Order: sequence, then structure tokens, then C-alpha cells
Amino acid sequence: MIEILKQPWPWYVAGPLIGLTVPVLLILGNKSFGISSSLRHVCAACMPANIPFFKYDWKKEVWNLLFVAGILLGGVIAVNLLFNPARIEVHPGLVKELAVYGITDYSNLVPVDIMNWQSLFTARGLVMMVGGGFLVGFGTRYAGGCTSGHAIMGLSSLQWPSLVATICFMIGGFTMANFILPFILSL
Amino acid sequence: MQQNIDAGADLQVREQDAICVNESRLQHKWYHNIKYLIVGILFGIVFVKAEIISWFRIQEMFRLQSFHMYGVIGSAVVVGMISVWLIRKYNIKTIYGESISISPKKFNKGQVYGGLIFGFGWAITGACPGPLFAQIGTGATVVTITLLSAIAGTWVYGYFREKLPH
Repeated sequence: MIEILKQPWPWYVAGPLIGLTVPVLLILGNKSFGISSSLRHVCAACMPANIPFFKYDWKKEVWNLLFVAGILLGGVIAVNLLFNPARIEVHPGLVKELAVYGITDYSNLVPVDIMNWQSLFTARGLVMMVGGGFLVGFGTRYAGGCTSGHAIMGLSSLQWPSLVATICFMIGGFTMANFILPFILSL
Repeated sequence: MQQNIDAGADLQVREQDAICVNESRLQHKWYHNIKYLIVGILFGIVFVKAEIISWFRIQEMFRLQSFHMYGVIGSAVVVGMISVWLIRKYNIKTIYGESISISPKKFNKGQVYGGLIFGFGWAITGACPGPLFAQIGTGATVVTITLLSAIAGTWVYGYFREKLPH
């Protein structure tokens, strides 16, 4: 059993489990599934700076901070107890494309060749980690949610603004991955 | 009464640009929140084992090289939809007996502009906010910088919020 769990899980197992998070959170305490809000609660808790957007009682949303702390711990557990030493399988077309940019290490889900402490001080690493992270934080809050809040919770409750947001996530992603990222990777 | 007005104003602020806000009239001791930690742990394990936190999987998705992520998100939405439908149809209550409410989302231009900006960031970092936390958990400590930068991005959004088109 544990050997099976160590293998990468197929989408038809993972997807439904993620979908079940929606009713579980609703039934446990009437909480709507969402993750990016946790970033805002951190701002409200640590540096509200008198900005109206951060002036609220963040303690009422502590559940959300515990939820993301759990996700981090889940990562620790998965990598320690359910570690799969096999090389990550990736589409051959992508392997070929990434090799051009010197990305050849498939030992980790986070690409070691790009995301490491040394490369943080290179143009490529700085743009990808600091710049990319900034866009994620700014964009999700501007959009009012991320993949979990809009694509999963929003679509599950049939809210058309969430469909608009999800389509824009995909348009942005496709544009970046195919047309802009090649330039960033060449830095 | 005064307290009710304050609580209402507080909820109004929290509801801005957010999806996961629900006011509960019930007060619980802090340890009631531990159940969310446990759900988070299980969720994080799924994230890692199904390679949803993989930068490579996200690149495949945006190059149409793999069905994996579409299958994950698609089946999650289907299960979520059926669940929400059942909860509404049978008026299922929370474990505390409170009725379940899902606040409606209003459309604003932020969903377009912000959506595109997040899409750019998602393709660069290969992670939406949830996977950032799980990636750090798997030992990719440098992702804490990405996470801090995401928090900074959220803060800058809050700072300029009134000036941005909505």
C-alpha cells in the first residue's frame, strides 16, 4: 500500500480529493475554499500600515492561516514519508526545450537549475522568483482569488465572474509560457 | 448594537476582493481551528504526490503537452459542483448546526486585469499560492523568497487599490 502511495498519484485520484476540500471546509465551519487570501491576512497581521484594505480583524480568518500552515506541513510529510526517488517524468518536447536553457535536473518538482539560493542573485533567478512571486501576489488579490478560490470554489458554486477570472488566468499563463518565458529563461 | 455595526463594517472590508469570507455568529475556542490545519496537511500531501506543485507540470499544461493538470482541475470542479449542489438541495448544515452560505461573487474588471497578471506569475513561478507553501515544505527553502515577494505583491495591491480600475 505504502509503495503505491509513493508513486505519483494520477489526476483522477488527486482531482476528486481536491474537489472534496470544498464541501469539507463548508461543513466543518461554513468556510469557502481559498488560499491566496492568506497572503492578505499576513499583510493585515504584520504590516497593515493604516491601509484600509488591511484594516480588518484578521484573527477572524485565522482558520485560513492554519490551513496554509497545514499545506506546508503536508509538503514536509509527503517528502519524508512518501518520497519517490524516481526521476520526474516530463513530456519529451519540454525536456528538449528546457535543455536549451540549461535546465536538465529532474530530481525535484521545483527545478533545481532555476530555483536555488545562488541563482537568486542572477538576473534570471531574480526575475523568476522575486518578479514571479510579486505577480502572483498582486494578481491574485486584484482578481479576488487564485486557482482555488476562483477556478475551484467559484466554478463549483457556478459563479460566472470566477469563470472570467479562470479564463484570464489561462490566457495569461499561455502567453507567458509560450511567448515571454523563453526570453526570461535566456537571461 | 454598536458592536454589531463594527462587525458589519469589518466584514465589509474583509469581503473586498476575497472569496473565502463567511461571517460566523458562533464563537469557538482557538483549538477548533486545528481541524483546518489537518485538512491543510491532507491537502498538501495531495498537492505534492499528484505533482500539482511541479513547475514542470505547469509548463506542460501551458504548452498543451499533458492532460494531467486539466484532469486534476476539471475533476476537482466536477466534484465541487456536485457537492455544492447537494449541500444546497438538502440544506446541509455545518457540524455546529449553522446553515451554509456561499457569498455571491460580483464581477469587476479586476478579475480580468488581475487574472492576466496572476496568469503571468503562475507560468513563471510554476506555482499558485497553495503550491508555494507546499514547495517550501518539500525543502525548497528558496521558495520562501517567492512567497515573501507574493506577500509584498498583495501589500502593494492593497496600497494602490483605490487608484486601480475595478
